[in-house]
Amino acid sequence: MEAVNQQHLQQLIDSFANKDVFIHLETTNGSYATHFNEKFFNAGAFIRNVQLRYELGKIVSDSPHRVGLKLAHGWVYAQGITHYEVDEQGRLLMAGLDYEGKLAVALQISETPFAY
Amino acid sequence: MFVDERQVLVVFPHPDDEAFSCAGVIRQMTNRGIPVTYACLTLGEMGRNLGNPPFATRESLPEIRRAELKQACEAMGIQDLRMMGLRDKTIEFEDDEKMIQLVTNLIEELNPSLMITFLPGYSVHPDHEATARAVREAVRRMPVAERPTVLAVGFANNTFDEVGLPPIKVDISDVMDNKVAALQAHASQTAWMMEETKKRVDDGSTMTESWLKSEAFYVLNDFLDA
Repeated sequence: MEAVNQQHLQQLIDSFANKDVFIHLETTNGSYATHFNEKFFNAGAFIRNVQLRYELGKIVSDSPHRVGLKLAHGWVYAQGITHYEVDEQGRLLMAGLDYEGKLAVALQISETPFAY
Repeated sequence: MFVDERQVLVVFPHPDDEAFSCAGVIRQMTNRGIPVTYACLTLGEMGRNLGNPPFATRESLPEIRRAELKQACEAMGIQDLRMMGLRDKTIEFEDDEKMIQLVTNLIEELNPSLMITFLPGYSVHPDHEATARAVREAVRRMPVAERPTVLAVGFANNTFDEVGLPPIKVDISDVMDNKVAALQAHASQTAWMMEETKKRVDDGSTMTESWLKSEAFYVLNDFLDA
């Protein structure tokens, strides 16, 4: 993955618009957050291989970036995106990596299902 | 300790759980020719450490960790590695009976005299707890005389307060290099930590030495009918 090039990433997001795509969306603080700091309120969400279609996808300029997808009846968005790549299977992988290199958020878009 | 085991069955959810908790004890047993099977339930697909700049993606991490796991097994002398194909952070959401049956099937196939897993209630990560619960129930259902001894690893902050110090402490200083090699094999998870540890060892810190020179366990059998 490379640091976000906003213009390039916008083109990639556009290329999946109006197609049936599979989504991976994840936010996480890690399963040990409360072990290391008992006052930490640990929350996260995970969704993988849900199929949807978006009519408009946008990356906003603030860095770390926010990426939002407008659906016919709703929305998907992720906050904190720092890195991206198109992998060898043509899937758009976006991730937010914190200052220690740990994944904090991921938004991935693919025309074929992700592995299990 | 554990010199005449017939067969050992290690059950953990993530590649590296075994390296942190029991790589030394495993190596001591494989050195004696005791067969050790490691059932690793997931490939740690949800590991957060991807680096910055990143060395992996959410999608490439599982294959990296599969290779690391195989290398760690070499360092521990484990010849029978079973990768069970579940997904990281989902074990507790699987059907409980399916998980118990997974463990029961392994026990029936391998007839272990000794098992190693986590201590239910004191193993912090939801996957650890779900794995430990499945092992506990599978073993609890066995006739008492046929049950293997189950060593259990507990490290939650409240463990000592609530269940005391672990009754079994094994000196692994003779295989410390193998333990370090197993930890190093899981480089995607441990590279930063091993760097720190090396620094501390170089500084002569005794704390670092101690966690690489001994491994401690509870005995799950003591908790089964309570």
